[in-house]
Amino acid sequence: MSQELHNLVAHDLEPHADHAEKPKGVTRWLYTTNHKDIGTLYLVFSLIMLFTGGSMAMVIRAELFQPGLQFVDPHFFNQMTTVHGLVMVFGAIMPAFVGLANWMVPLMIGAPDMAFPRMNNWSFWLLPCAFLILLSTLFMEGGGPAAGWTFYAPLSTTYSNDSTAFFVFAVHIMGISSIMGAMNIIVTIFNLRAPGMTWMKLPLFVWTWLITAFLLIAVMPVLAGVVTMVLTDKYFGTSFFNAAGGGDPVMFQHIFWFFGHPEVYIMILPAFGIISSIIPAFARKPLFGYESMVIATASIAFLSFIVWAHHMFTTGMPVAAELFFMYTTMLIAVPTGVKVFNWVATMWRGAMTFETPMMFAIAFIVLFTLGGFSGLMLAITPADFQYQDTYFVVAHFHYVLVTGALFGIIAGVYFWIPKWSGVMYSERLGKIHFWCSVISVNMLFFPMHFVGLAGMPRRIPDYALQFADLNAFISIGGFLFGLSQLLFVTVVVRCMAGKGIKASDRVWEGAKGLEWSIPSPAPYHSFQTPPEITETR
Amino acid sequence: MKRYRSLLHRSSFMSAPHFDKYDAAPRQLAHTFSYVTPILLARIGLLLGFGWCLRAAADPSLNATYNMTRGVTELSHKVYNLHMTIFYICCAIGVIVFSLMFWTIIHHRKTRGKTPAQFHGSLKIEIIWTAIPVLILIAMAIPASKTLIAMEDTSRADMTVLITGSQWKWHYKYLEYPIEFYSLLATPRDQIENTSAKTELYLREVDKPLVLPTGKKIRFLVTAEDVIHSWWVPAFAIKKDANPGFINETWAKIDEPGTYHGQCAELCGKDHAFMPIVVEVKPPEDFDAWVNEQIALMERTKAEEAARGEMTMDELLALGQKTYESRCAVCHQTTGVGLPGAFPALKGSAMVTTDKAAHIHIVLFGKSGTAMQAFGKQLSASELAAVITYERNAWGNNTGELVQVNEINQMLSGELQ
Repeated sequence: MSQELHNLVAHDLEPHADHAEKPKGVTRWLYTTNHKDIGTLYLVFSLIMLFTGGSMAMVIRAELFQPGLQFVDPHFFNQMTTVHGLVMVFGAIMPAFVGLANWMVPLMIGAPDMAFPRMNNWSFWLLPCAFLILLSTLFMEGGGPAAGWTFYAPLSTTYSNDSTAFFVFAVHIMGISSIMGAMNIIVTIFNLRAPGMTWMKLPLFVWTWLITAFLLIAVMPVLAGVVTMVLTDKYFGTSFFNAAGGGDPVMFQHIFWFFGHPEVYIMILPAFGIISSIIPAFARKPLFGYESMVIATASIAFLSFIVWAHHMFTTGMPVAAELFFMYTTMLIAVPTGVKVFNWVATMWRGAMTFETPMMFAIAFIVLFTLGGFSGLMLAITPADFQYQDTYFVVAHFHYVLVTGALFGIIAGVYFWIPKWSGVMYSERLGKIHFWCSVISVNMLFFPMHFVGLAGMPRRIPDYALQFADLNAFISIGGFLFGLSQLLFVTVVVRCMAGKGIKASDRVWEGAKGLEWSIPSPAPYHSFQTPPEITETR
Repeated sequence: MKRYRSLLHRSSFMSAPHFDKYDAAPRQLAHTFSYVTPILLARIGLLLGFGWCLRAAADPSLNATYNMTRGVTELSHKVYNLHMTIFYICCAIGVIVFSLMFWTIIHHRKTRGKTPAQFHGSLKIEIIWTAIPVLILIAMAIPASKTLIAMEDTSRADMTVLITGSQWKWHYKYLEYPIEFYSLLATPRDQIENTSAKTELYLREVDKPLVLPTGKKIRFLVTAEDVIHSWWVPAFAIKKDANPGFINETWAKIDEPGTYHGQCAELCGKDHAFMPIVVEVKPPEDFDAWVNEQIALMERTKAEEAARGEMTMDELLALGQKTYESRCAVCHQTTGVGLPGAFPALKGSAMVTTDKAAHIHIVLFGKSGTAMQAFGKQLSASELAAVITYERNAWGNNTGELVQVNEINQMLSGELQ
């Protein structure tokens, strides 16, 4: 079955393969069905979105540099926090992972392309449309959505302006894009594995993405549902979230977080996969506990569906529900701990070197674990009453999403960019980028734990005087972190321009897997005849 | 290695990046340490820094503000202890795991000529490191559950206060006494806009604090009129969402008299940051005196309001401007131009310049489906008359029209029947 499909997809590519040249000009990118081109498009788009969302973060940090209102009015500040969150989650982190999957999944499993190349093109090109719609609201009268990225009703329904309609439409389009991308990845992994690439030989990045894709298919429709309910509540007289009409505003939060909690794992599981590829390569030693890594990932995915109300402990739940969600949330620490222990055990008695991808991977392990610790603290419901909606929570999710997901992505880019571009990135620039990032990111997010514990709520443009010193420090860290990422752009642009030492096929001494068996840069069409599986993971 | 250990003691989170220049170890080691040692020092520095901050916070004489407040109720102490326990557990796990990790990073490196081992699993050790966290979690869940169950037990309360959030103020109603009032931010606008110096209680002061007695079990009923708010006073370890159309319950028994500050914790729109909470806690006898004083004050105000005759234009404008700036300017702006697309302008508005009855109606009863609240029950008749008069004559609206108290009362009684 797999072999036949493989030949079928490869056969479709024949005509292009005859003349190895790539199509030229803009239409190459508009019409492309090549997984490598589409992967590149996703990655470039997410880098642009990272800077878009990042510049909004700079506005937020500038306003919070000192107490008092200096630069923006509170209504615009709320738009910044809202759109920063939406852009970073849906525009930067998620598309970056889809881009990495597009590039690497076919190479890792020995497939000629993704299973649905034309749908792949459509999944990508929907995204810029969605974000143009969303970002255009910022220039309209009354401004963009301002109810937080979680857009709790009724602030997002009765009390919002007409940007809601644009926002809902944009989220629908992003959702369609994500679901199509996820289906493509699932079908590719199920059907296009090279003969002999059995389930338990799959690289962990493929496993984590497979599980992530199922999560996406399960929860993106829930998000679509809840935004549609927001739309009909606002414009068509329904009362899903309006108590006066028999609805319940807290129901919004239940539906949103039933999507939202799996969503946060969508943003971290592929990073686990990247780290699980990098650590063995630079330790020159097989991954410790491969099977338990797969089981842990699947357990985390399962648990993600039964913990959602831990985002809502203060909404007034029955005590039995609070206890249930406290226990299930604490349980997540177990499979997550297993992963961290396995990574450390992989390093144990290896022969390590510390190139930039490894540095980011080590920083990931430490800083993501720090975010995990604050997550465990947040699980303790009575203490959560004090943490909820403060900067402690902001610190927590930025540790898991910036030093977790984003550092994972950056590590992956450094790891694979020689394969993509055919040249080595500048190790010197990479190291400078690493140290600037890791220092500034901690200046930015670490003190947020303290302002949060001391009582500063999130999503406020102005604060009491006792928070002033730490906020100034945090803002400086924020500006430095923002500037540091320009180094990353420099590294990436130099590689894209072909500047650097030519990369070997294997690139890294300890790298294992099919993606390293083909030339660097990876040819436009690869694995048109299925490879022989000689290496074990 | 000795050198490296001695540096550990000197390390701090700020100095870590400068480590390289102190490194006098042999060349190869210097090379390897320059990558890894700073990250290790930074981590340990972070942990030490964290510990120092929490220690400082635990010392009341330092008046530090880096840790969770201990609070003034039995439950808030329990919550604080849970927080510190789980924090120390996390620190211990972190120290163990990262020590092992950095030990291997320092020792098992290619530059030291190591050949990599090839083991890739051990069922025994994997079972152990799955089981130990489960046991730690169970040990943590027991006290947490006990505290949680106690926090949710609102039975046998001595008194009840109904708390209602609305954009952007709190309303307190004592169910046992004929007392209710709004509590608004008292920080003047010019401090927020940086045109005058900020005072010590910047954004933490209100015009009328909630007053409560010590030693009584007080039940709080929490709800909202428009969007979701959240009533948070860290000293009581209470944060409860105020959901429109639903009532949440919570409670506190406060041990120490004093003034306690908090603020709205759920994003509730434009002025979410400007919705503080102040609670004054008095001994029971002082609280009773305060209750009697409030009742007397309310009767006096009522009598004054009843005795008030027609007001002159100047009186109306003066009172109107004051009322407008405290209640209306948050949305419609001091200049009356509103925020286009979000809050409508009053300056030059058709309703404000022509249709007087509609204008009075919308101020008294609000407009459903929008953020416009019903001010009929929030303001006195004279304040209502004054603010409407002000709006009809300010910013070049110049209708020259007066609205008197009796018009307000007519509209109120007509609609309410």
